[in-house]
Parts: sequence; structure tokens; C-alpha cells
Amino acid sequence: MAEIRIKNVAKTFGSYQALQSIDLTIADQEFMVLLGASGCGKTTLLRIVAGLETASQGEVWIGNRRVDGLPPRERGIAMVFQNYAVFPHLTVFENIGFGLRMQKEPQAEVKRRVERTAGLMHIDHLLKRYSGELSGGQRQRVAVARALAMEPDVILMDEPLSNLDALLRLEMRAELKGVLAESRTTAIYVTHDQVEAMSLADRIAVMHEGRIVQAATPIEVYRNPAARFVAGFIGNPPMNFLPAAPAGGGNWTVAGQSFAGPSADRRKLDFAIRPEDLRPADRGITATAKVVEPLGAHLLVTCDVDGAQFRAVLDSDMVVRPGDRLTLAPLPDRIRWFDPETTEAVA
Amino acid sequence: MTATATNAATAPDARKAGRFVFGASIVLLCAWVLVPIYFLLINTLSSPESVNSFPKSAWPEFDLGSLTFFANFQGILQAMKNSVLVAALTMALSIGIGAPAGYALSRFDFPGKAAFRLLVLMTRAFPLPLLALPLAVLFIRTGLDDTVLGLALVHTTLAVPFAVLITFSLFSGIPVELEEAAWTLGCTRFTAFTKVVLPLILPGIVASAIFAFVISWNEVFAAAVLTIENRTLTAFLLQNLDTSPIHLKFAGGFILVMPALIFIFAVRKYLFAMWGIANR
Repeated sequence: MAEIRIKNVAKTFGSYQALQSIDLTIADQEFMVLLGASGCGKTTLLRIVAGLETASQGEVWIGNRRVDGLPPRERGIAMVFQNYAVFPHLTVFENIGFGLRMQKEPQAEVKRRVERTAGLMHIDHLLKRYSGELSGGQRQRVAVARALAMEPDVILMDEPLSNLDALLRLEMRAELKGVLAESRTTAIYVTHDQVEAMSLADRIAVMHEGRIVQAATPIEVYRNPAARFVAGFIGNPPMNFLPAAPAGGGNWTVAGQSFAGPSADRRKLDFAIRPEDLRPADRGITATAKVVEPLGAHLLVTCDVDGAQFRAVLDSDMVVRPGDRLTLAPLPDRIRWFDPETTEAVA
Repeated sequence: MTATATNAATAPDARKAGRFVFGASIVLLCAWVLVPIYFLLINTLSSPESVNSFPKSAWPEFDLGSLTFFANFQGILQAMKNSVLVAALTMALSIGIGAPAGYALSRFDFPGKAAFRLLVLMTRAFPLPLLALPLAVLFIRTGLDDTVLGLALVHTTLAVPFAVLITFSLFSGIPVELEEAAWTLGCTRFTAFTKVVLPLILPGIVASAIFAFVISWNEVFAAAVLTIENRTLTAFLLQNLDTSPIHLKFAGGFILVMPALIFIFAVRKYLFAMWGIANR
């Protein structure tokens, strides 16, 4: 049992507020991804859980123990670092067995667990090598194996795939997901790559300027962003936004068209729709095509709607030229609304 | 090349001339260092008679007469022993003090860090002759005068700035993540240091220690002022400069220069690290 509870944690570096009052509970065996742009505080939060950074306020609980006063070695965690941090003076075997040796496990047990985790990460043929003789991908495998060999309650990963090339990253991503699901540990994984986050996470915590903006399942974060920031950050290309004016009776006027929306008593709202949720139709938003990018699987068209940028992902069989006028109908159940002042979603 | 030909001077000519100047400078600089060492070598390995005669031979005779005379000279062996003792003590003290300071500089942020780095070097800005008199008075009062420990303390002051800067650069070359990884794998700060940092840094520490040894071994001023009976080799030779025969001076110079040269050559890679030049 290793549920992680982060209660009201904040961190300031001098006068800079890196984290402001974070509350987050990560269930036992859950794979939680902290997602955000660089400088949003996600690595700081991970390091506070690891014990490599001390929180300015708040509590961190792992299982039934409050750990924020404990050194890293007493927290029951293992960590995988962005630059791998494989010890250069030890062989792969001694690297993976390092933590077990520190726990004074008997030689037979060290050997058994090193060989098992090395097999899991497909590096059993490299056990006698040194870090200098390994490729980046192999070093990454050693770093993960070293963490798994500890059989920790919690495994923490700080952008572990960001130093690998694109193809290797794809391969490691799938492998990591399988290995971690099997190991039944609770995991916190920090990344700035939304595709990585979507593919790995049970839940994603989207962070922005030291706050958690939304913590939900990947599909929930994608479909129902809690704030305009999430809508603009997740998805490639991101959501389209258009200003909406009230037309009475819960209807809103967007680019000259009327759409059913929230009956909230507001003077204006932001209308939002994902580019792939637009269909060419007889009635809809009128857009002028500016840039047409055939991407193979589909056609990405960047348009202009009343001076605002508006993207549509269309079928690759469609013929669109810059300057063409398109009529695009949004799928009614995929339309989302945001308050332009608070930037929060409005139901 | 004449003045009229300057216009005709093409790029290849200029490059050729440049290469010649470059080559000549290298030869000159090497000669500047190597020729005196070579003469030292020749005269050390020649018999006392040929050292005192003229003209000199360009080749050593491999006669050990001068060296034997040196070894048998009254007080030389005691002076050598003192030199080794002082240098060894300086080495131990400057690493013991310098390495923790280097570690702190590379791993922790503290107010006045930049100023501290500069001030460490500033200790070398005070000319020793200026400090010699107050030091001698202080040493006599505390009973440190004319002792191996007293001189080693002064030499440590001279060597510590280099020890701090070399070890600072060595520690900075070791990613902090390696230590952090060790902490998460069950190490305390101390065991992480002994199991991860120390094995990686040991060659550099040895180099830095040897450098401290050489600084002490070569130092003459403080040694001459602060010791009377327990002279180090440099101070002893200086004291006997007027009275000793020329072949003794050559042999003594040789004995002084060789360890320094060999050590510096052995650790040259790490001395570059001090100036922030990437080694290897």
C-alpha cells in the first residue's frame, strides 16, 4: 500500500514562488503524470516527494507515514533521472545492485534481483559493461532497472525519455508502461511531452505557474479541459477559441452563428472546439483558408474567422486551396465554453 | 623577400611565413625551458673536475662524483628529510582543508560565494617578505619556529588556494544527480560521498595533493626565514650558496628540480582542470 498524499505543499526560492499550495492524492499503484511547460514547478514537486528538495510548507505522506522530514533513503522511493545518473565507476551489474548492496542484501539475493530486473529491461547481456560503453537508450534501461531492483513502494521519474531520440522514445514508452504495470508500484512521472503523458498516465496533473490546473484521466483532460490553459496546452493542434455574445435563452452568437450554450448570466464567453471536431457542412462557421498542410493521415487547414486564427483537421481527400471559403460545423456535443475572465470552464 | 616583392606576396607565401614564425616560437619556448634543465643534467652527471673546468662538454659523462659528493655533504640528508616531511604535511593539510572547501563551493549556494572564490586567490597576493617578520615573531612566541609543523602551516597557506580551486573544478565535473541517485538508493550524504564521489574524484585529489607537495618542496623564502636548525633542502642550499663548490650547487639543483618536474608532468591533465580547460 503506497498511496501518496501531498497536502498544501508550497515552495519558494528566495522571492520566487515555484509552487503554490499543491494538494494531490495519488492512489496505490496509480500512474500519475505531472505535465506542464518548463518552469511550471513539476520537477520541483517531484523532488519534494523524493526528498531532494524541502517544501517551504505542507506535508507529504507515503502510505501511512509522513515523510517530508525524512531523507530520501528512508522514504521507500526510487528515482529515475533525466540524465540517467548511471554510476560511471561501476559495472551495469553493480549499478543495478547498488541499492540492494546498501541494504546489505545477501549476495544471492542481489544476484537474483539484478538478473531479474536486467532481464525485464532486456539488458542481461550488458551486465559486465561500464556506463561509458553503453548507448543512451541502454543507460536509460540501466537507470530504470536500478530503480525497479529496489522494489520500491513508489517510483519517481523525471523526464526519463527526453534525452532519447524519437524512435527510441516511442519504443521505451511502450516498454516502460508494460514493466511498470507489472511491478504494481505507484508512479509519478514528470514530462513536458503531452503525447507521453496521454499514452502512459492513469491520471494527468496539468501544471501551470506552480499550480495544478486539472488532475484527471487523459481522456477527461482532453475532452473536458477545466481551464482555457489546459485546452490550449493539450492537443496538437490545440483547441480553437472564438468570442461568443449572449443571444438570450441559453443561446450564444459565435461568428454570426447561433449555438446552444450555458444559460449562465454573463456578458461574454469563449467558445472552444477541437480542430478535429469540425465537419464541412452547409450551415456553420464561415472560415477563410490561409495555410493548407497535407499531413498524410489528414489535412490541417489554418483559417481566419473574423480575424481570429482557427484550425480544422479535415479528411485528406478534400481539396482545399488558400483563399477558399469553408463552412465548418462543430460537433454539438464537443463544444466547450470558458469564462474569459477566470479562464475556467463553464458548463 | 624585398620591399618591391611585397605586392606579389600571395596568400600561400604569407601562410608559409606564418608557419615559420609559429614553428620558430615553439622551438624558442621549448629551448627556454629545456636548455637550462639539460645543462643541469649534464653537470650533475659529470665529475666535479669537469664541472669546474671550461669549456663544458655537451654530453654527460655519467660520472656520479658530483652526486656522491652531494650525498655526503654535512647536513644534506637531514635537510632532505625535513623537506620531505614538510611537503608531506603540507600535502595532507592542504587537501584536508582544501577539498571540503572545494566541495562546498561546487555543491552549495551561500552568500558571498563569488567573493570567497576571489578571496581564496587573494591570499596569494600578499608578498611573503611582508608577512615574514610578524610571522617569525608569532612563531617564536607560540614555539612553532624552527619546527616542521610551523613551516608546513605556512606552506599550507600557500598551497590551499590551489587545492580549493582544483578540487572545486573536479567536484563540479561530477553531476550532482549521481549523488542524488545514491541518496535515493539508500546512501547518507557521507556514504554517497565515499561510494560514488570519492572513487570518481580520487585521481584528481591525488594530483592536487602532489601539486601541494611540489609547492612546499620548491618554497625557499619562508623556509629560510622560519627555520635555523631544521632547514629544508631549499633553505639549506641557499644558506650554503656562497661557501659550497659549484658541483654541489648543480647536484642540489638537480635533486630539487627532478621531483617537481616528474610530478607536474604526471598530473598535468588535472592542473588544466583548475583553469576550467576540459581535460582529455
